[in-house]
Amino acid sequence: MKRKSKGAFLFLTPSVLLLLIFFIVPIILTIYFAFTNMALTGSAARNLQFIGFQNFTNMFQDPDFRISVWRTLVFLIFSAVIGQVILGFILALLMKEKNVTFRRIIGIIVIAGWVTPEIVVAFCMVAFFSDNGTLNQIIGWFGISPVSWLFSFPMVSVIIANIWHGTAFSMMVYQSALDEIPKDIEEAATIDGANNFKILRYITIPMVKGSIVTNMMLVTLQTLGVFTLIYTMTGGGPGTSTQTLPVFMYNQAFVNYQFGYGTAISLVLLVIGIVASLFYMKSMKVKV
Amino acid sequence: MVKHRLQRNIQYGILVVLGLCFLVPLFWILLASFDTNAQQGIRFPNFTLDNFSAVLGDSGNLRSFGVGVILSGGQATLVVIASVLAAYPLSRYEMRFKKSFLLSILFMTALPITAVMVPVFQMFLYFKLQNSIFATMLFLTSSSLPYGIWMMKSFMDSVPIDLEEAAWIDGASIWGGLRKVVAPLMLPGIATIAIFTFSGSWGNFFVPYILLQTPEKLPASVTIYQFFGSHGMVEYGRLAAFSLLYTMPSVVLYMFSQRYMSKGFSMGGATKG
Repeated sequence: MKRKSKGAFLFLTPSVLLLLIFFIVPIILTIYFAFTNMALTGSAARNLQFIGFQNFTNMFQDPDFRISVWRTLVFLIFSAVIGQVILGFILALLMKEKNVTFRRIIGIIVIAGWVTPEIVVAFCMVAFFSDNGTLNQIIGWFGISPVSWLFSFPMVSVIIANIWHGTAFSMMVYQSALDEIPKDIEEAATIDGANNFKILRYITIPMVKGSIVTNMMLVTLQTLGVFTLIYTMTGGGPGTSTQTLPVFMYNQAFVNYQFGYGTAISLVLLVIGIVASLFYMKSMKVKV
Repeated sequence: MVKHRLQRNIQYGILVVLGLCFLVPLFWILLASFDTNAQQGIRFPNFTLDNFSAVLGDSGNLRSFGVGVILSGGQATLVVIASVLAAYPLSRYEMRFKKSFLLSILFMTALPITAVMVPVFQMFLYFKLQNSIFATMLFLTSSSLPYGIWMMKSFMDSVPIDLEEAAWIDGASIWGGLRKVVAPLMLPGIATIAIFTFSGSWGNFFVPYILLQTPEKLPASVTIYQFFGSHGMVEYGRLAAFSLLYTMPSVVLYMFSQRYMSKGFSMGGATKG
């Protein structure tokens, strides 16, 4: 029983105002600034010049930009799709129908990495991968000589750090999706002689396909925006080897003071985000 | 069923290995925080609380925790107020633009906020808002508002309307019904959203790092980074102790929110439109 009312929308005013000023305006500004030569700060912001597509022409010719798009893709595929989504699903699947206490302990350990703030995750991981760090200690027990991970394998290090930080989210999503599968379906299949692999392939995965796709889009969007973890672990280095788009954007805008150029990179990020966001909504089949 | 037993044991084995992989990096921070000579590797500490007393004895550190509480607490409060108000008509009334509004909100929940930080910084410069804790709080509020509204609406949809109607018959106004009937019934939902918002903001480094400059206005998330960067020879023990203290609120609040989350973990209510 819903009612019509003329005054009801007034309740939306505070939210609409806030979203307009701090959400919509920045997006409009992104589009505007991306076509200007904004540099430095303050006074330059007042005598802006419109330079058309100059920022974008520079961008597409900039080898640093091309490489950072590539790095972003690698980071997304390995840390979001392959890492968090698949590992989260494996964890949820293995934890099904196991001893309750055991499940809880594993759950707490995995969730601990997720609850920990990103900057602390970065410290833990820097300590873990550093030359005298835990990882080299562990491989030392097996007689392997130490590796300077952050220097030789920086991308692998940040990818693992992000997997460690994010997997719990996917695990929890899949746990609740798996819990909703009626037990008798799988039991019936077992009685009919289907082996575990067949059950997984023909029953379990098809039944949770929706949440797999939705969660994959959401994790991809979250990973696309990851800045803190990479910035604090490696600063985008060594060289530019871990410079994903957000870090590249930051360096152009706040280190080189090329705000126009930095905003143009923002716009690219935003467009990727908008497209991914639309796919995410499509995958949800949401009914409003 | 020997084969079945073996399979189960292999699965337990894999889980133990994965669990250990997740545990090891955390282990360092726990041990190092009680070790005055902590290094980057894991070693057996001399179990003192010196690191903690050093961190807590520094007034700058305490102030940054205070700023963090003000920033995140203020944001959580504003998000709750604005989203309760917004959710009410969205849940209880028919409006012409409701569907498109809700879809826009949902769309906004997924956008990476990282992408707008450069123009937001410019906007703050232009309107002389930079280095203002309150303005930063408002920006953070807006960035977490879409998710807050979306969740709040699904919580509100689950509160039956009959109770309100009874209140109206007894002469309560719309506002009175919202305040005296709906809001109390939604306390678990409100608490969940407040905790969720607070924790997200408490762990946010990027936004305050860009929008705030002077040391005395920086929340814990940013001071911790400077701790790491500015002490040439990093004092790992203190850094670990600081990190642990800083992580505690997130952990405690998460455990707290588990009580409210009766219905396990679904996509923030997104499955119910």
